[in-house]
Amino acid sequence: MLEQRELAGVGEARRLVLPARAGARGRARAREGAAGLGAWAAALAVAGLLGWLVGEIAAGGAPALSWSLLAEAPADAGRAGGILPILVSTLLLVGVCLSVALPLGLGAAVWLAELAAAGGRRGRWVRASLDALAGVPSIVMGLFGSALFCRTLGLGYSILAGGLTLACMALPIAVRAAEQGLREAAGELRRAAAALGLGRAATLLHVLLPAAAPALLVGVVLGIGRAAAETAALLFTSGYVDRMPGSLLDSGRSLSIHIYDLAMHVPGGNHRAYASALVLLAVLLCLNALAGWMADRWLARAHARC
Amino acid sequence: MTWYERRASCRWSAEAALRWWMRGSAALAGGLVVLVLAFVLAEALPLLLRVGGGRLFTDASWQPTAGRFGIGPLVWGTLLVAGGAVALAAPLGIASAVFVHFYAPQALVRPYRRAVELLAGIPSVVYGLWALVVLVPLLARLRPPGTCLLAGMLVLAVMVLPTVALFADASLARLPPELWRGAAALGLGRWATVRAVALPAARAGLAAGVLLAAVRAVGETMAVLMVCGNVIAVPADGLAPVRALTAHIALEMGYAAGEHRAALFATGLVLLAMVGALVGAVHLFGRRGHHA
Repeated sequence: MLEQRELAGVGEARRLVLPARAGARGRARAREGAAGLGAWAAALAVAGLLGWLVGEIAAGGAPALSWSLLAEAPADAGRAGGILPILVSTLLLVGVCLSVALPLGLGAAVWLAELAAAGGRRGRWVRASLDALAGVPSIVMGLFGSALFCRTLGLGYSILAGGLTLACMALPIAVRAAEQGLREAAGELRRAAAALGLGRAATLLHVLLPAAAPALLVGVVLGIGRAAAETAALLFTSGYVDRMPGSLLDSGRSLSIHIYDLAMHVPGGNHRAYASALVLLAVLLCLNALAGWMADRWLARAHARC
Repeated sequence: MTWYERRASCRWSAEAALRWWMRGSAALAGGLVVLVLAFVLAEALPLLLRVGGGRLFTDASWQPTAGRFGIGPLVWGTLLVAGGAVALAAPLGIASAVFVHFYAPQALVRPYRRAVELLAGIPSVVYGLWALVVLVPLLARLRPPGTCLLAGMLVLAVMVLPTVALFADASLARLPPELWRGAAALGLGRWATVRAVALPAARAGLAAGVLLAAVRAVGETMAVLMVCGNVIAVPADGLAPVRALTAHIALEMGYAAGEHRAALFATGLVLLAMVGALVGAVHLFGRRGHHA
């Protein structure tokens, strides 16, 4: 069936390139030129959009950027002062998210890669359910977090509730990254460990995890970026309060929510929103660059060694 | 018990603990989506049982405190914003992938891919801020206040563009090299190769990418919330304000209680159903792609 389709495609292509008459040949050449222009125009548009966006945020945020922005508490609903408590809350949210998602994700990934029968029904089911979870809109995860963590478990609007909601959202990413790392690291190594008579636990701790560590770390860095960028799921789980959080049970405002609040609810808050967005973008770009650098350096070397 | 036996039993318990940790996390990871569905359903259920799910679509207006729960205009809002965004982003994204594979000079391929990935990594709230400050004033020149359906479509199109572009890129990269050799042997030009060989062969992957972009567009909250104007009505034209399902939940969850709150969870269920239908369609295309 595929061959037929391909042949049909080839027949169509013949019509396109080898036309009988000179005029038709000229038209084909014109079409080639127009298509090239179109592809370049699309690429320029994409690059231009990125430049426009980042340039606008950088130009708007740079004037408000200063040491005191990072070191002071916000004043006048965020129009003045800094974003220190917001940075601390963001860090705590990401910390809670990581400390829950990492062990769970790793455990599930090891189970999928090592224990679940290859192609077995249970493994397939877990993977499908994780895929479904990854597709749930973040606002619905916010509803879930608010129902389970804030209400049922009685955590209220708190950093803990927000961080746990983030952990639920990060779980599919964590499992996928860890499973891929384990699979790539395994194979020869696993057989060698078995030949040495190592048990499952020893193989995992001393052979597989160290070998998969670079891939895991790249996954962690990317996951931190995702968690730091999330907004909608935090709106009614971690709350809006912009004071310095005293504990994980306090409400805390993430950087992304701060940007939203300044842009939408605080007249004259735009330049501070820009500055906060610039800080967030800078953090994310650094994380992205770090992940890329680690992947290039460690994963390439690991592949070269194999 | 000799030290050796003790160590052996210790190792056994470590092994058992490890196994239980793995099983436990796998069970939790696998069951989480069911838990999400169960909690959202449980919160919405009292309302659904009392007035019935149909009322969500048949009620003429949304006045939850007065017992009217019509979210029809919101469904239209989501469909219009997301549909328009995907219609704008799909051709541009596919063209971008075609550029990477057929037109870009070798030195540009890596930086260009990196740029598209960066675009994918920008948080939605930053897109929203950018659109609010840049796009909305531009549209306000056509007709104030500028927060409207078109603004939402445009910003969402920019946001889902990298999804389409990266997916199309990956599915073009998966095509077997014989295709290019065959095309070259026929003396095909680049565009002829793209139109008659590459795009038809990568069809399933391209469709899956566009559908995933639609999943992202339907589920997106922040940017839509910030630039669409959020009036509950089916928009008369592109410059009229509109409210999407996601923005609706985000706007009213903060102060909702009782049946109002339950109605918002029911709105979440409708959203889940839309996303579920799209994901199902992706799987359908994925399977077809494997068979072909």
